[in-house]
Amino acid sequence: MRYEEMGLTEGDFYSRNFEKGARDDTLILNLGPQHPATHGVLRIIVEMDGEYVIRAEPVIGYLHRMHEKMAEGRQIYQYIPNMGRVDYGHALGWNWALVGAVERLAGFEVPERAEYIRVITTELNRITSHLLWWGAFTLDLGAITPIMYAFDDREQLLDILQIATGSRLTHSSLRIGGVCADINDRFIEACKAFIPHFRARLPMYRDLVTGNIILRKRLEGVGVFDADLLRRYGASGPVVRGSGIAYDIRKAEKLSVYDRFDWSVAVRSEGDSMARYLVRMDEMEQSLNIVEQALDSLPAGKVMMPKAPKVTWAVPKGESYFAFEGARGKVGIHLVSDGGKNPYKIKLRSPCFSNLSLFAEAAQGTLLADALAILGSLDLVIPEIDR
Amino acid sequence: MISIPPELIRIVVGMIAVMAFVALNVLILVYAERKGAGHIQRRPGPYEVGPHGVLQPLADAGKLMGKQLLTPKSADPILYWVAPILAFLPVLLLFVPMPFGPILTVQDVNLGLLLILAFAGLNVLATLLAGWSQNNKFGLLGAARAVSQSVAYEIPLLLSVLCIAFQYGSLNLSTLVEAQGSWPWQWNILCQPLAFLIFLVSAFAETNRAPFDLPEAESELTAGFHTEYSGMGFGLFFMAEYANMVVVSGVCTALFLGGWKGPVFDGVWWFLIKVYALLALIIWVRWTYPRVRFDQLLNINWKWLLPLATANLLATVFLMKVF
Repeated sequence: MRYEEMGLTEGDFYSRNFEKGARDDTLILNLGPQHPATHGVLRIIVEMDGEYVIRAEPVIGYLHRMHEKMAEGRQIYQYIPNMGRVDYGHALGWNWALVGAVERLAGFEVPERAEYIRVITTELNRITSHLLWWGAFTLDLGAITPIMYAFDDREQLLDILQIATGSRLTHSSLRIGGVCADINDRFIEACKAFIPHFRARLPMYRDLVTGNIILRKRLEGVGVFDADLLRRYGASGPVVRGSGIAYDIRKAEKLSVYDRFDWSVAVRSEGDSMARYLVRMDEMEQSLNIVEQALDSLPAGKVMMPKAPKVTWAVPKGESYFAFEGARGKVGIHLVSDGGKNPYKIKLRSPCFSNLSLFAEAAQGTLLADALAILGSLDLVIPEIDR
Repeated sequence: MISIPPELIRIVVGMIAVMAFVALNVLILVYAERKGAGHIQRRPGPYEVGPHGVLQPLADAGKLMGKQLLTPKSADPILYWVAPILAFLPVLLLFVPMPFGPILTVQDVNLGLLLILAFAGLNVLATLLAGWSQNNKFGLLGAARAVSQSVAYEIPLLLSVLCIAFQYGSLNLSTLVEAQGSWPWQWNILCQPLAFLIFLVSAFAETNRAPFDLPEAESELTAGFHTEYSGMGFGLFFMAEYANMVVVSGVCTALFLGGWKGPVFDGVWWFLIKVYALLALIIWVRWTYPRVRFDQLLNINWKWLLPLATANLLATVFLMKVF
């Protein structure tokens, strides 16, 4: 269509095709893809009546890197580093979903010690992910200082994770049939020093930020999701646990060695942004519990299964699906192999994609500031949405 | 030989001194804000330019002045450039009746308080012009917020100031300072604590400082009313914001904290100490609290501050009539 002939000289495809509502006194505001509250390159077109949002429509795809297509062009073990790039927040969760899918298809048994190391590193990674979210979310609400404290703790954790995984952000230390390296004493000591340190920090966060009257007024009763809405959009992770649905794949599917530890799924029933906030804060404590117990009961042994796949190994013919509880929700990998060297198809199930989908409905009729608080409470990582 | 009236000389010298004072204070405050923010956030803050980064504000100013002044294509060029000047110039006038010391006032204006409140009101106009003329939706939303916020908060501010004015029957800031004693228990904050609190909250809102910085709420409106401004266009708004902070702290000091009076030696140093203490409080609050929501902001004003300020004023008048 020739837009110039229609007298449209401004905007792009999305803003030109954004259907304005019936009223003609509304303002169409384009948030992003470079906007401080959209954390990266998410774009939201909003129709506004004064400060009220009538309709909000996310526009995604600015960071589409064809991760699914990339899988078809390389061997499965070469694809593990891609997982850290899909979700830079919780790289090990995605790692695990991929190697889990392959192991399920091939029927591999992972050594016990490797399972423990996976649990420890993944849970530490979950804490770094939640800390990053916590800082960015409070930044969305106008509090500039908490992110510095969050990054202080996060830096220490990244240093610890670096010992075990070799990288700070895009970890890819899980291997098909184990993990790439055993953990050493330095890692265990650093972990054991960090756990009491972080336990002492959490009450400070609670007093200074969570208990703050302005923050509570901004979050309580804002963006209440009911179970029906969440089910319709296939939401998962802390977003559903904030609405009273105690669905955590680690518990629900008895993944790995998680059922050997004493921990509980953090659930809140209010369903508002504050509930999602508190669920994530509680999850950090639960992750600490898991790491502490796993370190105490760490079994000896090898970290790779015997006869682990070599470079020339091909995934056997068949299909498998493996889901893991990432920091943002259900990370699913659907692997289809035709027995060739490369996988036939890999489907990445991104939790953020489903969680973002409900934003359009949840943001209707809210204030602009509330809409952005809801967006922040979903904990979106844009590369994961676009893949 | 034409004789120059001494009054005129005094005003000219005073205005030059005020300009120097404002410029110096903006530099100090920029440094204090960044350093304070740094220490609150457990980082050193500016550290590279000069010892402990003291020359950082100068470097920032140099950078801002060196930048090209861009006018957006769709903006109204005249109003667009009038706005930052209109934001900054009236602030200088606000210092005219400011009682720095017993004799250290540019001009002892009989209606000094009125002058300050009147010229402070111009600030809203500048923000509105800036938001409107740049033809940017974020700017427009910021300007709309700024106007409703400033108009709303000016009322409790005025009412709390009126309490003091009624009590002493004067609008002259120097007279109001002299009416207070040297010791903290002789200051107005003790007999008018509610008015002081209302004034302080309203002052945060009037100067668009966090937690009431909605006109430039970064996470919602990118930069709000000054979204399109670059270089010194932005720099003037920036300076106006800091100068306004000094003004409200100065007025607050004169009205509630005994102005230049203090224990042991009265003098300009007491005024400055109190002003800087208030400024430190403003900076501290900014880096600690999240931002309130817009409807909450207006609710605080219309449902709490305004009734409280009215009741406080009525009580003051009633007590004055009785005793």
